[in-house]
Amino acid sequence: MSSGHGRVSGVLAEPVLLMGLIETCRATIAANSEHLCALDRAIGDGDHGTNMRRGCEAVSAEDASVSALPLPDALEKIGLTLVMNIGGAAGPLYGTLLMEMGRELRAPGEKRDFPSALKQAINAVARRGRSHVGDKTLLDVLYPVQDALAHRLPLTDIARQAELAAELTAAMRAMRGRASYLGDRSIGHVDPGASSCALLTAAICRYLEESAPA
Amino acid sequence: MNEKTPNVGIVIVSHSPLIARGTADMVRQMVGDSVPLAWSGGNRQGDLGTDAGGILEAIEAAWSEAGVAVFVDLGGAETNSEMAIEMLGLPRSKKVSICNAPVVEGAVVAAAEASGGAPLSRVVATAEELSP
Repeated sequence: MSSGHGRVSGVLAEPVLLMGLIETCRATIAANSEHLCALDRAIGDGDHGTNMRRGCEAVSAEDASVSALPLPDALEKIGLTLVMNIGGAAGPLYGTLLMEMGRELRAPGEKRDFPSALKQAINAVARRGRSHVGDKTLLDVLYPVQDALAHRLPLTDIARQAELAAELTAAMRAMRGRASYLGDRSIGHVDPGASSCALLTAAICRYLEESAPA
Repeated sequence: MNEKTPNVGIVIVSHSPLIARGTADMVRQMVGDSVPLAWSGGNRQGDLGTDAGGILEAIEAAWSEAGVAVFVDLGGAETNSEMAIEMLGLPRSKKVSICNAPVVEGAVVAAAEASGGAPLSRVVATAEELSP
């Protein structure tokens, strides 16, 4: 049995593991960039994969200096780098998630645990995008992942939850973003943002699982 | 009265560099140099998209103590503009407003209003009258 929450917060504090996580995320997005673009071509403007790859490569380029920072500062720096490099709507959304995580984990006088910091950060993403659960966005993956983390599900289960949650967005009608202009025609397609979010979550979970002490 | 207050600045944000620049050209033709004006269009690579860093630079370029009115096209432009405004930091971020108005008509009408020395609230309200 692995304890998702304890391990995530403990492991992330290790600079070497943060570098590994950055590389895992970069490689995952690079491998799936075409797929994400294809999803985005169906209901958006077709560049989600290239945008995400550009953002991850920019983070990767500064992985050593970022990993040397205390975790909250590292997360904020990564968030800012994503904002400045992903572009599109995904930049501010992913950027807000990480920047708020950093701020939450730094909040003075309070001992924030990882799941509650994530919850606050996800709420900030919802405010930024003015979206809600069920609008067919990355929030439809983030909320279930946060829930699984808060319930201390094993990492492999969290990864599966994320992948399942992304698939479920296919049934939704897009309410935000470019896809919302399509109305009912957006139904039947997995949301690209939800998909990149699930891919990253699963990759992070796998990496943490593998690098956990036996 | 004797100290002339600066006019409100105008920033145009579009996914397309051509639209952003073209709109800025129209605005310039209307109001000449009486209004600080800047645009940001496309992503950093020059392709279609929006870029928070570029928008931040545009707001800086069109900065006026009287405030800046920002005009955006589609959703990502708005989200990235909000991000850019936040990065501007307080107290200046309080002086920037994103207008709920069509980009071209809104920017032209707002610039005309701004060139007459109207405060930010009136510049924004005039542009937003264009929205149904």
